[in-house]
Amino acid sequence: MNMLVCIKQVPDTTEIKINPETNTLIREGVPSIVNTFDAFALEMAARIKDANSGSKIVVVSMGPEQAKNALKECLAVGGDKAYLISDRAFGGSDTLATSYILSKAVAKLEELEGKFDIIFCGKQAIDGDTAQVGPELAEHLDYPQITYAVDAFAEGDSVRVKRECAEGYEVLAAKMPCVVTVTKPNYDPRYPTIKTKMAANRAQIPVLTSQDFEIDLQHAGLKGSPTKVKKTFTPNLQKDSVMIEEETCEAAGQKLAKLLGDAGII
Amino acid sequence: MEAKNKDLWVFIETDGDGRARSVGLELLGPGRELADQQGGKLVGIVIGSGVDEAIKSAAAYGADKIVVIDGAEYAHYTTDAYVDAFNTLVEKDTPTTIFIGATNTGRDMAPRLACRLKTGLTADCTGLAIDEESGNMAWTRPAFGGNLMATILCPDQRPQIGTVRPGVFKKGEPDAVRQAEIVQEDIRVPAGRIRTKLIEVISELGGALVDLEGAEIIVSGGRGVGGPEGFEPLRALAAALGATVGASRAAVDSDWIPHAHQVGQTGKTVGPKLYIACGISGAIQHLAGMSGSDCIVAINKDPDAPIFKVADYGVIGDLKEIVPILTEEIKKLKA
Repeated sequence: MNMLVCIKQVPDTTEIKINPETNTLIREGVPSIVNTFDAFALEMAARIKDANSGSKIVVVSMGPEQAKNALKECLAVGGDKAYLISDRAFGGSDTLATSYILSKAVAKLEELEGKFDIIFCGKQAIDGDTAQVGPELAEHLDYPQITYAVDAFAEGDSVRVKRECAEGYEVLAAKMPCVVTVTKPNYDPRYPTIKTKMAANRAQIPVLTSQDFEIDLQHAGLKGSPTKVKKTFTPNLQKDSVMIEEETCEAAGQKLAKLLGDAGII
Repeated sequence: MEAKNKDLWVFIETDGDGRARSVGLELLGPGRELADQQGGKLVGIVIGSGVDEAIKSAAAYGADKIVVIDGAEYAHYTTDAYVDAFNTLVEKDTPTTIFIGATNTGRDMAPRLACRLKTGLTADCTGLAIDEESGNMAWTRPAFGGNLMATILCPDQRPQIGTVRPGVFKKGEPDAVRQAEIVQEDIRVPAGRIRTKLIEVISELGGALVDLEGAEIIVSGGRGVGGPEGFEPLRALAAALGATVGASRAAVDSDWIPHAHQVGQTGKTVGPKLYIACGISGAIQHLAGMSGSDCIVAINKDPDAPIFKVADYGVIGDLKEIVPILTEEIKKLKA
């Protein structure tokens, strides 16, 4: 199996705090991590690699030079080769423009690394939370897609995927090549060893710019993005709470039931 | 693409029995208001097989017109069949705006559709309005795990499309005698076009559906329940209330309860009438998934737990004692 895993370097949103005076995000000191769902996607690919000898995993990210660190982390836990797609002309891309750039980069990567059987993406990035780049990439490539995967297996010329759906789960099969987006499986990403970590740190990560592959820049960056951000603001979730603190739990439970009953909530 | 009319379309997602899922009917509420502001019709788009019930519901909840694509190939959702059919409709009669519920199905279909139409899509919106300056839809959505809200416009391309989080808008009152114009579209997708094959459907917990998104009441447990057996009193409370059981990521990651129950950024986003959070501290990722609930009750030992900030009623104390008492009191109230 020749697999491509698309990853994004994101701020660890669990560490983000709001500056109460300016009501803006405090980004300083917030660590950058491999997007959680992309790490799951890489692990899913790595398990397919373990089960199918001769497999290869190429990892790709679009972002600034700094994203090489995230790619190196991926090389330590299953990735065999990594590429960074980076160009000022790509800045400000929304999901349609990002997925277009990625689709054009895939064509170039296939010249270098051979045709990919499965392209894995995390279901969404934890900063933007759109869950759109994977399906839009599949559409640009005209590949079948399976989203919300919790497990995937290669079977002959098909991939078999268990995915979350309204009923619980469904198992789908699709002929390769195919795009699979990954939610949380019931396993965790593997840990790097000292050896894999050292090798990853030494790895050279080629950078592909708009000069290196065929792309129409009209469809990239801000110019190629149909959506525009009008404004951002911090949400105010704070409510006027009725606090119940009684001597005994019995009294607290009774008071809560009475309040909910009186308010017509139950 | 340019709009051919000022209409606003709402995707009425159906279940396996051809009934409308809640989210499409919820979206007819804001859809009605915004279609009037746009000066167009409110159109329900029903795709499925044997969908008479869904058509009736869409009419009762306020659609002016219902476009129906009915065929055996739509009985179970597939990306290829639904996107092909929806895309054919849009190319024929391009509306100004489309709302799609941000369910797994909606979020699988919408980006693929938007990309084919080369238009903008805003994901998982919690606020819908018309931008006064430009007349575009102003889509408001959370980002950065709920730490930040962003308002997005799609100024130049039509249709402008958004997926909208289930439970944010409440279903209106249905009017069973309300009539809508019904248009049957004969759009067929050949079997060869459908590139994914359904092997099997695995219902969670032996067929008991965990419908958090459609639930009116959710009783949810976190790290504070202490273990898998700690969910038993919560299940008893849920049974007394007719509620669905939810969970925080901490409880799911500890394998106390399956992931299908998870509420929050990496689980389901919910908006019930009543959300009872038991032993949940209230990480921003959890709040992002449930802060749209009408009424939030938090039961927690720690008076400083962030969950209390978003709670309408906060009880400081041990859930293991309080939950069974609450269950008994509710049984008395309901008796």
